[in-house]
Amino acid sequence: MTDSLQLNAEGKLKHFLTIEGLSKSLLTEILDTAESFAGMSEHQVKKVPLLRGKTIVNLFFENSTRTRTTFELAATRLSADVINMNIATSATSKGESLLDTIRNLESMFVDMFVVRHALSGAAHFIAQQTAPHISVINAGDGQHAHPTQAMLDMFTIRQIKRDFSTLRVAIIGDILHSRVARSEIQALNTLGAAEVRVIAPKTLLPAHVESLGVSVSHNLTEGLKDIDVVMMLRLQKERMSSALLPSESEYFKCFGLTEEKLKIAKPDAIVMHPGPINRGVEIDSKVADGPQSVILKQVSNGIAVRMAVMAMAMQKPGVA
Amino acid sequence: MKLRIDHGRIIDPVNAIDRVGSVYIEGGKIVSVTDEPAGFMPDTVINAENQIVCPGFIDLSTRLRDMGHSRKATFKSEVIAAAAAGVTTLCLQPDTVPVIDTPAVVELIKELAEKAGYPKIYAVGGLTQKLEGAELSSMLSLKQAGCIAVGNANQPVKNLLILRRAMEYAASHDLLLMFRSNDFWLGNNGCAHEGAVATRYGLPSIPEAAETIALAQCLELAELTGCRVHFGQLSCKRSVIKIHQAKKYGLKVSADVAIHQLHLTENDMTPFDSAYHVLPPLRTEDDKQYLRQGLAGSTINSICSDHQPHDLDAKLGAFPETEPGMSSLETLLPLMLKLVAQHAITLEQGIACLSANPARVLRLNSGALTPGFSADICIFDPEREWQVNSESWKSQGVNTPFWGQTLKGRVTHTLQAGKIIHRL
Repeated sequence: MTDSLQLNAEGKLKHFLTIEGLSKSLLTEILDTAESFAGMSEHQVKKVPLLRGKTIVNLFFENSTRTRTTFELAATRLSADVINMNIATSATSKGESLLDTIRNLESMFVDMFVVRHALSGAAHFIAQQTAPHISVINAGDGQHAHPTQAMLDMFTIRQIKRDFSTLRVAIIGDILHSRVARSEIQALNTLGAAEVRVIAPKTLLPAHVESLGVSVSHNLTEGLKDIDVVMMLRLQKERMSSALLPSESEYFKCFGLTEEKLKIAKPDAIVMHPGPINRGVEIDSKVADGPQSVILKQVSNGIAVRMAVMAMAMQKPGVA
Repeated sequence: MKLRIDHGRIIDPVNAIDRVGSVYIEGGKIVSVTDEPAGFMPDTVINAENQIVCPGFIDLSTRLRDMGHSRKATFKSEVIAAAAAGVTTLCLQPDTVPVIDTPAVVELIKELAEKAGYPKIYAVGGLTQKLEGAELSSMLSLKQAGCIAVGNANQPVKNLLILRRAMEYAASHDLLLMFRSNDFWLGNNGCAHEGAVATRYGLPSIPEAAETIALAQCLELAELTGCRVHFGQLSCKRSVIKIHQAKKYGLKVSADVAIHQLHLTENDMTPFDSAYHVLPPLRTEDDKQYLRQGLAGSTINSICSDHQPHDLDAKLGAFPETEPGMSSLETLLPLMLKLVAQHAITLEQGIACLSANPARVLRLNSGALTPGFSADICIFDPEREWQVNSESWKSQGVNTPFWGQTLKGRVTHTLQAGKIIHRL
């Protein structure tokens, strides 16, 4: 279902819900398309008319600044009209169901929903229920997927490292609750990375995590050996209150990335973080702002990748 | 009123009958099987050629809705579904709205059952008030009002001291406890089995231990309190092992499994399809095989439908926020026959798991074609294929993952106390 739901009859992107089920060539097409948009930001006129006349609704059932802003910028640069809806403070809190919200917006003749929701499967549900001409882009659903984040990270890695096949990538932190981690793992495996390693205490790893196609380590010092790409994940404060971890300081001691620990990885290793970062919890400021960090690059790449995904999903069938 | 069923293959596990012949019914009771009583002149004759005639099915866990949940289903709609499924007796779980925790609600249910023309609905009384797990319900009054057992449905009793006292009190009145093993804390509001599939889809998950730990605790309390316990809807391998050990050790316990757990696993779940959202969750292939073996070896003695009809809205949403449960009465027989076709159990075992064995759990004089017993009979065509669609389906709840599929085995007649309550 995953495949057929997000691809049209010609195998082109219709919705962008998850990395799972997408081919290497399609992911590469996204990266190539993003590359064609990447230079644009430095131009005087930062717009192309690809989506002129189209209406895109940013449907955020969960708060987010960075993701929403880059989606908004991406849509504006494609010349689409954008409406931002913060449902966290809107209709659903008045008891309106998810489906009713969608139906109402549908009748306002929109062309695309960009959806963020706290529950896994919400974007799939909307894609299944919505009118056939509407595309759905998943901007993060529960603990399931955050495919545009994964693609912008792949884009950033490719810019610097070029070839995925020799890369060993470590993902460090709260894998259990992370939609980013799931999408990164799928993207890296599809693009043929040599190894994806997850490093976390058992409390922050889901059951049978190795079935995702990763190797597992519970020790940062051992786990960073031979690593080309270090991906840090954000640690939510509530992990302490739900007894998954004893304290921020103990977490930093075991899994926090410091200059010293980074030395264990390959000398040219890059450091990534999907943001927002907790300085002194999962990452030391010196590393976050240091020469190996590509964190801000990730943010700017987010616009080009989201433009690419939006443009591809809005392509009419039969148009090359 | 005299009735005769001719030419059917009669299967009655209790009386060790498996042969072609006639069943004779008079005054709502079975008069004779195969041997014609002298001067028997039937008013009605049912031709059951090429069909199987067996005791009517007894379902240990059913929801019929109505009262505060009429949008989901009504007694009227669901007893038609039950009759079409060959079910002649059913146990209504106490999580109705309002909860079955007072004799008044039991009376209300009896009234609804009478009105729907299906009297054999046995209420399971709440073990605790409002199923909140805090205070004991008036179990003796519930028993006197007609409750066949007590239980807390899917609601956990978090405090073991309260569970102990509830079990002691139930034992004092010789009440059966129907227990769904489910540790609240370990369950952690999950909606899928803690395994590879939930990990891939990022679904909040429920480990097996949520079931096995609650089950182990209840087994300990069963020994301590002497309470009779029936464990409902087992879902995993280690639960089967624990029940097996407990029986070997000498505890008077029994167990059932919901029919879908014997056929579906986490791998069958189409991603985010809420039709597969059930509690306990669909587990692994290994668990499914153990449940089947448990059934074949009589560690699990009954199969239930765990029928839970829902309105469309309850199943429309992101998977974790949809309501759990399947509408499963009408798929009960075909899925049991599929187990037989797959050589997991024999046909005789399958029929016993749906009739004689649940009757024994409930201490009912039914589940057999014994002369003198109420004529509760199911007649089915084991070869007849039918499609699950809006024409064939009777339940108001269409929440079944088998929708659109062609199944084999269909009930042609259902008799309750000699009255034909379903005819195909």
